[in-house]
Amino acid sequence: MTESAVQLRRVSKYFGSVTAVEDVSLIIRDGEFFSLLGPSGCGKTTTLRLIAGFELPDQGDVLIGGELQGETPPYRRPVNTVFQNYALFPHMRVGENVAFGLQMRKVPSKEIRRRVSEALEMVQLPGMESRKPDQLSGGQQQRVALARALVNEPKVLLLDEPLGALDMKLRKAMQLELKDLQERVGITFVYVTHDQEEALTMSDRIAVMRRGRVLQVDEPQRIYERPVSRFVADFIGDTNFLVGVVKAAGRGTATIEVDGELAFRTPVERIPGPGEEVTVAIRPEKISLHAEPPHDQAVSGIVEEVIYVGTETHYIVRLTRQTTVFVRQQNVAAHTTVTFPEAERVYLGWDPEAARVLAGRE
Amino acid sequence: MATRPETRREKMRLMLLLSPSIFWLTVFFLMPLILVFAISFGQRGTYGGVEWVLSLRSYARFIDSLYLRIFARTMGIALATTIICLIIGYPLAYFIATRPPQWRNALVLLLMIPFWTNFLVRTYAWLFILRDQGLVNMVWTGPVHHAVVRAAEVLPLSLLGSLADATEAPLGLFGTNGAIIIGLVYGWLPDMVLPCYASIERLDFSLVEAAQDLYANRLRSFLRVIVPLTLPGIVAGSVLVFIPSLGAYVTPDLLGGAKSVMIGNVIYSQFMSARDYPFGSAVSFVLMAVMLVGTLIYFRTGRE
Repeated sequence: MTESAVQLRRVSKYFGSVTAVEDVSLIIRDGEFFSLLGPSGCGKTTTLRLIAGFELPDQGDVLIGGELQGETPPYRRPVNTVFQNYALFPHMRVGENVAFGLQMRKVPSKEIRRRVSEALEMVQLPGMESRKPDQLSGGQQQRVALARALVNEPKVLLLDEPLGALDMKLRKAMQLELKDLQERVGITFVYVTHDQEEALTMSDRIAVMRRGRVLQVDEPQRIYERPVSRFVADFIGDTNFLVGVVKAAGRGTATIEVDGELAFRTPVERIPGPGEEVTVAIRPEKISLHAEPPHDQAVSGIVEEVIYVGTETHYIVRLTRQTTVFVRQQNVAAHTTVTFPEAERVYLGWDPEAARVLAGRE
Repeated sequence: MATRPETRREKMRLMLLLSPSIFWLTVFFLMPLILVFAISFGQRGTYGGVEWVLSLRSYARFIDSLYLRIFARTMGIALATTIICLIIGYPLAYFIATRPPQWRNALVLLLMIPFWTNFLVRTYAWLFILRDQGLVNMVWTGPVHHAVVRAAEVLPLSLLGSLADATEAPLGLFGTNGAIIIGLVYGWLPDMVLPCYASIERLDFSLVEAAQDLYANRLRSFLRVIVPLTLPGIVAGSVLVFIPSLGAYVTPDLLGGAKSVMIGNVIYSQFMSARDYPFGSAVSFVLMAVMLVGTLIYFRTGRE
């Protein structure tokens, strides 16, 4: 697990005056399910194409299995890609599609036949060799694309939003199936997606990208619980942002004042200077609501809206004239009734560790 | 049953709408065709004209080795024209189709502009280029000859010596099959480029990337993915070049001189100078049959 399957060293890629990828360094470990996550245009697909060899970096190096790729063309790289639109050859049958890579590498035809049928079995499409791609459903085409790539037993499998075109239900099923498949074959997966939930569900590690840069690389749990910037916190799940000013700081905590109306003490990793502007990020499900102050410094507000959504009840609580917070309460009791009516004062409690203090406003 | 007058009225309206084109096709296409077909079974009258007897003599005459040889040459020239058009036209179409979109229309327009000039005029221009006192031979016997002679003086190689002798006389391009092929390729190239361009432009290039991702080098991804997926364009272009080349008349007439004759010239001379209408009609029909076969091949490939 220590060897790197893919390594990017300070890679940049420009298209004319547009910066697609800027100074990206990544180490993707052997056997890992690694996701590149970010909004459209963040450079995640370009990063994938740089690994595949469809694009060459303007600066920096791409290494696959420890080997410098330089200008190696895609057809000489030990990686295979599952394309966003599947890119199945429409003039070939399913079997011919899956066999293509093996034929190009001059594998004996007897072995090709065996491996193709094994690959189709692996993606649960046994015996579909003689179908044409246009006779298959989207989900089936997706599986053929997967089989066509995996049959070559690549060092690394690159997946470019492969579930993007599928409907919600199929997507969820395929997510688990893909993860399961990856664990079975033990091939390194590099997975591009803009769907944070998908990335959290499937990945061993996630790189969050924005405007061509990698903002954070971590395990899903750390990405969610310990985001390093407001963008990451905002992009992954829901987050409340309290923009405030540091009143006092010292010994690992700081007192932060929000809109000049309320103040609270919270732990910090880096001691900010007094007067510095910071953003405190708190996940909505980390906040609890109380009728009485849970401790003497508890922040309070007025319930503005109550939304019952079955498994949870959502509250919008106004803290100051400019700031509201969003709170999620699990409906754990057998008969949940609305416990905090609108327009009532409530007290907010949270584990001090749940609040992340991020520098600046943005 | 109440809908019946309705459908009858619908039919009437349809007929009314179609009647101009039906009229046009009957008068200008079907009737002349039937007429020519009928004449092909007649016999030449003593002073020209047609004697209406049911005879296969004209078709029998076509089996004569002279005409078969002309026909074979015509096929060969048309085939060579098609292949050369494909070799030049496909890469050109590929080049245009892979430019940025804003460039493509401009490039297609550039391709078309020369063809706004009359075909006859452009073919005459080739006459001036290819004939013995033409542009090509002026360069060949002029600067090229002088350069080779000078080189032969410095380097006494036998190759240069024979080249110096060769450049003394004009190449004799005019009046050859080669001259006809040059003229035809020039004339029909856009008919090859445009259908090829249309199908290459429609090609999903992520399929080419997929092929390269699956270890196919450039040549193999071209042969296994690009060619099969753009085959409709290749076939359409080939038919569009092959059929008019087969029936070419002006180009061989001007560039082929008296030595190189194509079947189109035979038909012309039968009608205009020999006044053997039945034989001219019979040759026309044989030619049409060959073209029909070509077109059927085209439609069969198109359906795939």
